[in-house]
Parts: sequence; C-alpha cells; structure tokens
Amino acid sequence: MANSILSDKKLRIFFLSWWLVCMILQFIILSQFNIDIKHAAIDSIVSIVLLAATCFFVSNNMRFYMPRREKYWYLLVISLTLSFFWMIAQQGVLWMIFKSSDVYPEIISDSWSVRFGAGFLLISFMTMFSLLWYSQQEQSEMENRKTETERLSKEAELLKLRQQLQPHFLFNSLNSISALTSSDPEKARNMIHQLSDFLRGTLKKDEHQMNTLEEELQHLQLYLEIEKVRFGYRLQTEINCSDDSLKYKLPALLLQPVVENAIKFGLYDTIGEVLIKLDASIQQNNLKVTVQNPFDPEISQSQKGTGFGLSSIQRRLFLLFARKDLLKIKKEDDHFITIILIPQTI
Amino acid sequence: MIKAIIIDDEPLARSIVKEYLQFNTDIELVAECSDGFEGVKAIQQYQPDLVFLDIQMPKINGFEMLELVENTPSVIFTTAFDEFAIKAFETNAIDYLLKPFTKERFEKAIQKYQQQQPQKIAEVVDSAAQSPLQNNRVVVKDGSKIKIIPVNKIHYLEAADDYVKFITADGTFLKKRTMNFFEQSLSSYHFVRVHRSYIVNTQLITRIDAYEKDSHLLLLSTGAKIPVSKAGYAKLKEVLGI
Repeated sequence: MANSILSDKKLRIFFLSWWLVCMILQFIILSQFNIDIKHAAIDSIVSIVLLAATCFFVSNNMRFYMPRREKYWYLLVISLTLSFFWMIAQQGVLWMIFKSSDVYPEIISDSWSVRFGAGFLLISFMTMFSLLWYSQQEQSEMENRKTETERLSKEAELLKLRQQLQPHFLFNSLNSISALTSSDPEKARNMIHQLSDFLRGTLKKDEHQMNTLEEELQHLQLYLEIEKVRFGYRLQTEINCSDDSLKYKLPALLLQPVVENAIKFGLYDTIGEVLIKLDASIQQNNLKVTVQNPFDPEISQSQKGTGFGLSSIQRRLFLLFARKDLLKIKKEDDHFITIILIPQTI
Repeated sequence: MIKAIIIDDEPLARSIVKEYLQFNTDIELVAECSDGFEGVKAIQQYQPDLVFLDIQMPKINGFEMLELVENTPSVIFTTAFDEFAIKAFETNAIDYLLKPFTKERFEKAIQKYQQQQPQKIAEVVDSAAQSPLQNNRVVVKDGSKIKIIPVNKIHYLEAADDYVKFITADGTFLKKRTMNFFEQSLSSYHFVRVHRSYIVNTQLITRIDAYEKDSHLLLLSTGAKIPVSKAGYAKLKEVLGI
C-alpha cells in the first residue's frame, strides 16, 4: 500500500499553510467587496475547511484507485462533481448560519460561479498532485521489488553453483584417489568412475525436476561410496526403504545436502564409528524420509551455521509446495534426526 | 634426524604423506594420529620437530589442537580448505599444502622447513587473534582431559600471571595466552575488557554500581563481582549503549 500524502510531516505542514493562505486570500477578497469582517471571516473559514476536507477525500481516494492513462477524463469528472457538491455544501452551511441576516445570503448565492471556479481549480490541482504523488510511489515500489527479485535470483544461482561444485568434497576425494593410485590402482580407478558418475549426475540434474526415490538413492549411493573410501571404517551407512516408497517422487538432489549435513556433523562432532541411517516410508500418500546421525549436543549448541544446509532445503520445499511444515528436526539424546515429508501432488 | 607426526582424520590422506616421506632419510615418522586428541598426546609423548596437520578434524580442529600443546612444533598444514590459509600463516606455519598436492610441492615444503631451522616457532603468535574464534568456542585442557567450552558459557576471564583464567558454567580453567589475545578474539561475542585483569560476558551483567572514585563494580547474574576501571567503564558504556 502506498503511503498517504499526509504521511510525511513536511507535507502536512505544507498543506496546512497552503490552506491558511487560501483562507486569508478569501478573507481579503471578501473584505475588498465591503463585506463586514465577521461575515467575511466566517465565510472564509467555512468554505476553506470544507474545501480542504473535499481535497483530503479525493486524494485519499486516489490512494486506493489510480485511473490508468486512458481513463484520466475520470479525474476531470471527479473534480467537477466534487466542486459542485462542495459549493452546495458551502452554500447550505452558510445559509444556516446567516439566515437571520438580511443581505448576506444573497451575496453568497450570487457569487456561486466565482466560488465554483475557485473550488474547481483547487480541487483539480489536488487531484493532479495526488496523481503525481501516487504514480511516483508506485514506480519506486516497483523498482524495489525488481531489485529484490534480482537479488534473490542471484543468490539462488550462487547457491546452486556452490552446491554443485562442493569444492571440499571434490578436493578431498581427489586426494584420496591420489593416495590410492600407488597403493591400490584398481580401487583408484573405481573411485574415479564413481566420482565422475556422481559429478555428471549433479550437473545434469535440474532443480525443478522430480525423480523417483529409487533414482535419487542411486545417485546418493555414489556419494556415500566415495565418502566411505575417504573416511574408511569410521563411516557406516544404513538405508531402509519400503518397496512402495521407491516409486514415489521427490525433487532432484533434495536429499543430497541433508545427507551431506548428517555426515559432516556425524564425523566432525564425534569420535569413532559413525552410523548414518536413512529410512523412507509412505505416510498418508506422502513420502517420508528420515536421516539420522549421531552428534555431540555439547559441541553442537555452539556451532554456528548448523542449520545452513537445512535452511536452504526448507526454502526449496517452501518454493515447491508452499508449505513450511515439511522439514522437521529432532534431537534425541545424541542423535540428530531430520524428517522430510514430500507431498505427491505434482 | 627430524621427528615427524601426521595428524589427519582420513586414512588415505595420511598414507599419501607417509608415501612421500618413505624415501626421505632425514625424516623419521614417529606417530600417526586420526584426531586432535591423539595429536595432543602424541606431541607430548614424542616431542616431534615437525607436524603435518589437517585442519578439519573431529571434535577439535587443527588450530584448536595447536592451542593445547605446550611447545608447539613446526607445522605444515595439509588441507583442502584454502579459506584457512591466512590463519595458518598467522600461526606461523612453515607451509600450507592444498590437497591434493604433488610430491614436488611436498618436498618444497620440507625444504622450507629445513631452511628455517633451527629458528623454531616458540609459540602460536597472538596475531591469530585478529580472526574470531573458530566455531564460537574455546578449547581448554582440564588435567589430561580436553574440554570444549561454547563462548556463551564463559562468565568472565581473569588474568593470572602468564595464564588467563576462564570462569565458566563448567568450572574454572587456565589457558596459556595473553589477555590481549582474548580481548580481541572475543570482542565479537559480547565480551568487553572492563579492567586490565578482567574480560566480562556483558550478557550476564545485572548491575553496575559506582564504587570508589573513577571506578565501578559489576554484578553478574552468577553472583560474581568484578571491578571496572575508568577506561573499562567507558568501553562498557559504548558497547551497552548507555
């Protein structure tokens, strides 16, 4: 909603002085026509207060309705109509006040054309001013929105890039391969294939694509195999899926960062063997995936960025399904559990 | 003979360093560790001249491990994370090997170490304080045990000769560092040095009383009373916005 013209303190003062000047001018003009001070003063006050109220009305109205360019004649009609009503109202009120006086009501009704003209000028000025004011507001709002959208899309792009590249994972894997080339060339070759398949899969996948759980798990398996070579006996994984869940669909690469997160906190928060568990089942026609990893509650409470990986998943789920309740986390003793529900609507 | 230790949580990453060292007759590999805890122990036990150290490791990272050892040996960092490079040199590392590294690059690092001998690094320098603490926490030694204390659990710090005393929710610990070091590294976590010998967690302040001329007394929610100097009071006023 655009700000009203009167929302700015400076403009409030400006309009107040503006109407005061109009009031004084009218008083001077009436005095020049030999009307006594008391009558002139009351007439000026009543006319200008009513006029100010009319102008406020018209400007406030335009805050909610802005005619498009081909409908600008509407502004003319409004200005004319309001000037007319203002004149009637003014004449009525003044007549009530002065009805006991003998000459004055006559002067008022005789001067209707001058009054109407002056009223019309001021009201149309106010209409024009409001038109400019609100068009400009609309413009700046549109620009703000545009920069905001641009910023968001840039951020999304960066995030996508970063997720695709995963430099730490990549370099550490390459280092493992480098070590294997002399000790176990066969295994090294195997790992190169796994790594290439994994990277190709990541690059090929479109974020808006929906894949079956089966496909996604195949991709995830590559990742897990590579990580297992890196971390040796420390990393154990267990995947349990009900048969029907394998055919259910989920957004491409959604589970990858969840599992990555689980491995990261599992491996770096604890010492010794780490078991990462992934379970998938069907719950009221939704695909439910839980990922569990051990963690150390004492260290983790001080960890910054614990939620980074997860908050981007929450965002993705929200963009896809317009729901904020699809991702849940649970901490049970020394286990960290991430639960994701994927509605089967698409 | 140069005594060396490898500390890295990935077995293959250790094996590659081992392989590169295999035919080097100057260096004797005395131990291999898979985390910082083993690292601290091994350094104490073997007093090595040189350590090949990974940075991201379980529980405590490479920098935190270095803070816990008394006579810091020379360090060559081996890691895939180049965002840590600057900090590594602030801790006076000999070199910084980005994984995966070649044998030539590795040997260059060894040469660098041999040239720098015997001018050994005495201690991790205070310049590392310019960067904030790793992961919002401080790692301390409690007897032979290692404790990780989240910053928000620290009540205040008190100077104690060559040490800094940490008064925390989990007890009191000593760390061999200067007050200046912690004044800087904790400045981004609601901590203010209110006195030459005190750095306090401002989130725990419940009252500030005038004490003697030019000095004040702080009351923490834990009941502790801490003196505030004139300069400390000015800093405190600025931080708390009063």
